[in-house]
Amino acid sequence: MSQAPTREVARRVFAREFNDASHTFKESEDERAPVYLLLPTGERANRVFLVGTLTEKEDVGEGDEYWRGRIVDPTGTFFVYAGQYQPDAASTLRDLEPPAYVAVVGKPRTYETDDGSVNVSVRPESITAVDSATRDRWVAEAAQRTLERVETFEDESNEYARMAREEYDLPVDDYRPMALSALEGLDESDELGSDDGGIDAPAEP
Amino acid sequence: MTDLHTHAEDVAAQFSDHLDLTVDEVEERLDNLVNEYRVPVDEARRSVVNSYLDEAGLERDALGGGGNASVGLAEIDQDEQWLDVTAKVVELWEARSDSVAQVGLLGDETGTTKFVAFETSDLPELEAGTVYRLENLVTDEYQGNFSVKLNRTTTITEVDEDIDVGDDAETVEGALVDIQSGSGLIKRCPEDDCTRVLQNGRCSEHGDVDGEFDLRIKGVLDDGEAVHEVIFDRESTEALTGTTLAEAKDMAMDALDTTVVADEMRTGTLGRYYRVSGPQFGRYVLVDEFERLSDPVDAEAALIEARSI
Repeated sequence: MSQAPTREVARRVFAREFNDASHTFKESEDERAPVYLLLPTGERANRVFLVGTLTEKEDVGEGDEYWRGRIVDPTGTFFVYAGQYQPDAASTLRDLEPPAYVAVVGKPRTYETDDGSVNVSVRPESITAVDSATRDRWVAEAAQRTLERVETFEDESNEYARMAREEYDLPVDDYRPMALSALEGLDESDELGSDDGGIDAPAEP
Repeated sequence: MTDLHTHAEDVAAQFSDHLDLTVDEVEERLDNLVNEYRVPVDEARRSVVNSYLDEAGLERDALGGGGNASVGLAEIDQDEQWLDVTAKVVELWEARSDSVAQVGLLGDETGTTKFVAFETSDLPELEAGTVYRLENLVTDEYQGNFSVKLNRTTTITEVDEDIDVGDDAETVEGALVDIQSGSGLIKRCPEDDCTRVLQNGRCSEHGDVDGEFDLRIKGVLDDGEAVHEVIFDRESTEALTGTTLAEAKDMAMDALDTTVVADEMRTGTLGRYYRVSGPQFGRYVLVDEFERLSDPVDAEAALIEARSI
């Protein structure tokens, strides 16, 4: 009995860790098997969900439209490319006026440059304009997921952590302060927001 | 440690109609297996029951009552487990196969599960809304979903009581990462009791029909660890998107294209966070209630929690 393939989960990963990744792999020989990007904190990602600020967009296509968007989170920049095979995402990029908060669901893509380094980008399945509350929720969520991955990196049963140790030479512990400072950034913008003396302002511990 | 005496009483009771057993002799055989030969209790009981079945010339199916598990309908988590339940017939569905006599939903305090009765079992018909004591059901599993099957050894006794059927609603949350095809403004087959969604104006059962417009969203909520497929019906789709069925029809009419409706819905909902709850049906959660998670996150609390990780 054939079972419908299960949908790949969309990982939450900050731009810095995403761009540090370079190794891709498949779990089976099947030509159509999903391709995974190996995250340095020891997780496989066939799909990502990210929310950030679209700061620039540019049609880099020669002839056909091919839009590149720069989407910034508290740790770095995601590059998103959408062309004729992603018509909805491409037209969203064409219409959006930066700066704008956007949510992107998409697939990681890697590209080896002439000097042998690997660039990672996102091929979007969808791009939508969202509000700042959604962006903040994503930052908190991405921080939490990142911290959880760092925490379980040393577990013996963690096969993708083992793979990450073999493929990368990266100080995984550095992603912890990165995630914490992303959260601290949220906390600061909160305090700015409560400068008007709102009674809901959180008490300092 | 499980009380062998209790097991022995159960087994003796199971065979009371067929063999003249004393509790003591059953217990002695169980004790021998468990304490002498280190056989796990369940296995010992199984083996003792089997030998008595042989002795009585019975099939396992023929055993009534006593030995079956009593598990809440919503808590069934094993395939081919024998059960006795007291349950209410919540719904009867139309049987899609000639071999099926009745199919529907049974409910008890824990929730609901699907049941099937086959023609060959030749059982009395169950009535919707009635509570029955059902003995000797067997569980079935298909792609992770459990149901119960009635069979020819099942005993059905009407019970004069009502059951408050439990709410086994699932609650899931995450970012809405996809709205799948078959969402937005759709047409359904107008035939009685057929609500199939038409593909290019055709119903897979009734052929070319004049469909009736409806709204729905088949969406995917993703929390970064797991995906949940959810279905919003017309009412919840209208509440989610702020677009009524009438407005959706107008939009489609203006554009001479129904897909504009789903596109508009995608623009307004994808990438946002939601919490939904409702009954699980196959792989879908059918949305009864939903909530947009739009409150600002409590960064301070998140930070305190994160530092503790």
